[in-house]
Amino acid sequence: MFEDGARPSAAGFSMWAVVVVAMALAALFLCPALALAQEDLEVAEPETTAPVLLAPPRGLSIVDTRNDRGGSVTLTWELSPDEADGLVTGYEIHRSADPDTGFAFSGRVPAGSDTYRDSGLEDGAEYYHKVAATDGGIESFSEIVGPTVAFPQWFNRARINVLIAVIIFVLAIVYFVTSARSGKELFIRRLPGLDEVDNAVGRATEMGKPILYISGLSSISDVATIAAINILGEVAKKTAEYNTRLIVPCADPIVMAVEQEVVKEAYAEVGRPDSYNDDDVFYLTRSQFAYVAGVNGIMVRQRPATILYMGMFFAESLVLAETGASVGAIQIAGTDAVTQLPFFITSCDYTLIGEELYAASAYLSREPVLLGGLKGQDTVKFVVGVLLIIGFIVATLAATGAIPTDFMAPLYVTG
Amino acid sequence: MRRRLPLALCFIAGIFTAVQYFIPHAAVQDFQEQLLGWLMTLLAFAFLLGTVSLIRLHWHKIRNRADDRGYSFVALAGLTTMIGLGLFHPAHHSPDSPFNVMFQNVQVPIEATMFSLLAFYVASAAFRAFRARTLEATLLLVAACVVMLGRVPLGELIHEQIPIATRWILEVPNLASKRGVMIGVGLGMMATSLKIILGIERAWMGGTD
Repeated sequence: MFEDGARPSAAGFSMWAVVVVAMALAALFLCPALALAQEDLEVAEPETTAPVLLAPPRGLSIVDTRNDRGGSVTLTWELSPDEADGLVTGYEIHRSADPDTGFAFSGRVPAGSDTYRDSGLEDGAEYYHKVAATDGGIESFSEIVGPTVAFPQWFNRARINVLIAVIIFVLAIVYFVTSARSGKELFIRRLPGLDEVDNAVGRATEMGKPILYISGLSSISDVATIAAINILGEVAKKTAEYNTRLIVPCADPIVMAVEQEVVKEAYAEVGRPDSYNDDDVFYLTRSQFAYVAGVNGIMVRQRPATILYMGMFFAESLVLAETGASVGAIQIAGTDAVTQLPFFITSCDYTLIGEELYAASAYLSREPVLLGGLKGQDTVKFVVGVLLIIGFIVATLAATGAIPTDFMAPLYVTG
Repeated sequence: MRRRLPLALCFIAGIFTAVQYFIPHAAVQDFQEQLLGWLMTLLAFAFLLGTVSLIRLHWHKIRNRADDRGYSFVALAGLTTMIGLGLFHPAHHSPDSPFNVMFQNVQVPIEATMFSLLAFYVASAAFRAFRARTLEATLLLVAACVVMLGRVPLGELIHEQIPIATRWILEVPNLASKRGVMIGVGLGMMATSLKIILGIERAWMGGTD
């Protein structure tokens, strides 16, 4: 344009000025748009294939698992910072006996977990661990930590509070049993249901009808069944004295074997061994409702004057008790099954509630030693009640802010 | 000896079972598991004992021409049929085997029928329990009506406070009394176990001597 040394004319200058201004305006308005377009282009570009490295978990620490049977260690770590971005899907734990090589997969926990119990280790052997944050493909390992040694414990420190409670309980029982042995008079409140056993046996004798004793559907490993067997022994003595037939259908063969012995011994103890009939203590079935059908059949055919339900019962309780009520029997029940108690209370004449079942044997036999045990049990229950009230007051005060919530912390047993 | 041996065994087994609760060591826990395994074995043999008892009882009834011996015939026929089909039929593992067909089409429906009777017994027991003769029975009746209404949509339709009252009844007085019973039961269980382990309670052996 400036060829041949010619001066630029005013018109030419104006044209250049317009072009420059136009370019400046274009730069001013178009560049941001271009920049945005560029950003769009960058976004639109295909993702890079280069791996995105995850931040590994930090602060890995490993200790022998407390209060265990041995063969395990517990790992804890700080979560990977990439968890916040949702990049981490889980953590993989690798283990080796050598810090430099041989690491093998041991287990996996989902994102958000910061602890893992590595079990199946050999007690006394040294192990090294590392933990990887993973997104399903990439693994980013922590530092290697070790050696750690697993070993078993001989005492579960987490249960020390239970041990203390058990010791107090045992001492209370032993103290009261000893007191009873020394001849100390012990008061025991009346249990109308058990007072009625004598009358019920007498009634059956007068009517010439049998007594039906049902010791629940549970097995011999249930304490309620054992309590029922203890009561059966006392009831059998009374039926033997009155020479009244006692029918005991059993739902468990071991319970049957024990109950046969108990009844036989009871008959022998009152001097009537010949009155005992092995066929009156028999096995019916283990099946719940088949047992109900069998017992209901006995009730309807034999029409017992008295029916005793003692032990653990389930859904069959009401079917049994209502059938018993329909045949006009006096019914005495005792169970620790909280859900079945309302049914027995409704359908039976007398019901032993919960712990009364366990007290029944001592109550019926009136043996001082057994009553001593009962007294010890009541004393511990009183202590538990006092502790509950204290706990209630402390919890209420802590909730209202009157006392710090953790002032009892030094007493906590953490194991 | 006849009494001392069971008492000694009971004491040793009871003390071991109590102590193992506090000892997590593998040696102790493995032995405890072994003991439980023995219990399972014992149970398997016990069923034989039960079956013998059942057969003997019904056989005596038939032999003595008892009035209800007809039921004994049915019981023994059912027992022998099912044992025969279970033991000797070549395809007893198949779902279509006669054993399974009998079980599914006889035993299961009969048991379901017995269970369904519960609904009628609940109705008759409720009728008896809810007669407002005393203050306690009246309270029970009112509480039961509130709870029943609060558990169905109709309750909320009648008054919005009924479901709240239901929840309160279940979670406060009901739960408190249940827990009271359960604490007593727990202590009673412990005391009974202790008395048996220490040989104070011997009624389970048939006597106190």
